[in-house]
Amino acid sequence: MSDCSDHDPNWVPYKERPEWNDVTPIPENDGPNPVVVIAHSEKFEDVYGYFRSVLQRNEKSKRALHLTKDAVELNPANYTVWQYRRDILKTLNTNLQSEFAYVESVIKQSPKNYQVWHHRRVLVEWLQDASLELELTKDALEQDPKNYHAWQHRQWVIKTFGLYSQEMEFVDILITEDVRNNSAWNQRYFVLNNHLGWSDLNVQKEICYTLEKIKFVKNNESAWNYLRGILLHDKRGLCGNAVVSSFCEDLYKNKCRSPYLLAFIIDMCDEAIKKDETNCLYNPERAIELCEALASKYDKIRTKYWNYLLERFRKCRGEQIINSNGLMDEIE
Amino acid sequence: MSFTTKDVVLKEDRPKSLLLQKHSDYLASYGLNKDDYEYCMTEYLRMSGIYWSLTAMELMDQSSRMPKEEIIEFIKSCQDSESGGISASINHDPHMLYTLSAVQVLAMYDRLDAIDVEGVVRFVASMQQEDGSFYGDKWGEVDTRFSFCAVMCLSLLHRMEDINVNKAVDFVLSCMNFDGGFGSKPGSESHAGLIYCCVGTLSICKRMDALHADELAWWLCERQLPSGGLNGRPEKLPDLCYSWWVMSSLSMLNRIHWVDKKSLEQFILACQDAETGGFSDRPGDITDPFHTLFGLAGLSLLGNTSIKAVNPTYCMPQETIDKLKLEPQILHI
Repeated sequence: MSDCSDHDPNWVPYKERPEWNDVTPIPENDGPNPVVVIAHSEKFEDVYGYFRSVLQRNEKSKRALHLTKDAVELNPANYTVWQYRRDILKTLNTNLQSEFAYVESVIKQSPKNYQVWHHRRVLVEWLQDASLELELTKDALEQDPKNYHAWQHRQWVIKTFGLYSQEMEFVDILITEDVRNNSAWNQRYFVLNNHLGWSDLNVQKEICYTLEKIKFVKNNESAWNYLRGILLHDKRGLCGNAVVSSFCEDLYKNKCRSPYLLAFIIDMCDEAIKKDETNCLYNPERAIELCEALASKYDKIRTKYWNYLLERFRKCRGEQIINSNGLMDEIE
Repeated sequence: MSFTTKDVVLKEDRPKSLLLQKHSDYLASYGLNKDDYEYCMTEYLRMSGIYWSLTAMELMDQSSRMPKEEIIEFIKSCQDSESGGISASINHDPHMLYTLSAVQVLAMYDRLDAIDVEGVVRFVASMQQEDGSFYGDKWGEVDTRFSFCAVMCLSLLHRMEDINVNKAVDFVLSCMNFDGGFGSKPGSESHAGLIYCCVGTLSICKRMDALHADELAWWLCERQLPSGGLNGRPEKLPDLCYSWWVMSSLSMLNRIHWVDKKSLEQFILACQDAETGGFSDRPGDITDPFHTLFGLAGLSLLGNTSIKAVNPTYCMPQETIDKLKLEPQILHI
């Protein structure tokens, strides 16, 4: 965001510009009794005084277009300025290619601004031209790999214009750079879900990919969440996949006590109980033991959560015992 | 393992008690300071600024320090007679965000009669799209934030029947992700702020049953870091505003007790500025009304009795919600 103070030595206030002497600036109107008195810098006051006036006259001219640029520079989050700029662009039938370059420069300065990304999207829609968007968002994500606006824009162009072909490679680069980049994992899911599809082969490929990444950094919430996400598309579920369960058991045997691993094994137990397929690995006792370990040692900050699960598992262990004694009917 | 976590360290000399008087003074003088650089930058969101300040003042039982009649006049002059929507400031364009802020402020003042209610209803209803989603303004940006704005606004006006509630719910549910969370649009990454918007929408529409409550609540609890603070997405720094977005969502899910309340309270208190008053995003940063509201509201949810009870769905005093006879849904555990 640019400074309101007047640093630019070449800056000529609008009130001193001859080509603007037919316009009377309008000061900010705060209503009859101003709730708040607003003191702007001189430059801000000058530019917005003329902007208000142009808006009131509904003047759609080249000079008004230029004025919106100055107004944006002072505050790129002012959505009214952007709306008016679009109105002018439409009316003047301006060459929108140069507008692309301009928006790109504003995005570079204010990459987390809603309005400027939205302006970009409207331009792409108007021109039906998305040829620059993957590069633009790639640049923004290089600066901040978790920029929500850039990801939203990228997903929109990919979906709207069918630009999926290179996306898995792009995601892979980001995950390789930072294996904990949750946005990149989310994008991986997006490509699978909207483009590649959940064929058995794809699911297995993704499982192998994810397990490799977990092997590399075990305490990685994003990768473990993604693993759960892809297993939603595996008919065998969480614990029916031998590759996944032997991977988890190996980690456990090798003394890994990442809360995410333990939580995953708990979920496997939970699924086995729900499917009535408990076995020596996945059963209420083991779930209880792991909940206790998490609550008292490995994830103390979430003790209450683990205790809640613990109680749930105790209950179903109780029910199991009752069941195996054949007492269920009588109890009911 | 823990050395890679992005977090902050709370200093020993941090504020440890709640400085209510300071916050009240801070908000009372905010915006009166003519040399305030921030101020000229915030014209475009003034309506929300008033909502943040007034709600914070209400929660501290200090709202008499705000210029009520002037605020109401200001809101009246921000309503666009054509579309019916309300803008951030006079002569700005109407937008869902500011329409909601204005309605919230007037609801707290019990002065909803001050505006053209039919106009507001017309504006909000006109923003709904075929798929149930909502635009923010005439330029067509779609976001789950606007779904929440729409249902909150219309429920405060008792006019939910003017939109297609089922479709609104369907759209929000289409934004549910594989981790149980929600993003801004279908496929967008889960984000605690947007989860609050989506859970809030379901709470108002009484469709909390559609959530994967345990899974979502666990994801929300995972946002708590060793400092006690909460982040909005994995591997991001803690920020005070997430105390509100995560905690209010957990309250609606009836699982607020799953976070470590004591360390979160310490984190929130550490975000106070003992000199200027107000709260900031992280300890030591510059304070603002936005974080001040969410700091106070977060403490209220944690059970601090020197602050009035806040409603987790509406982020308004519970007494206002009771007076309007609204009963946003809270999940039974």
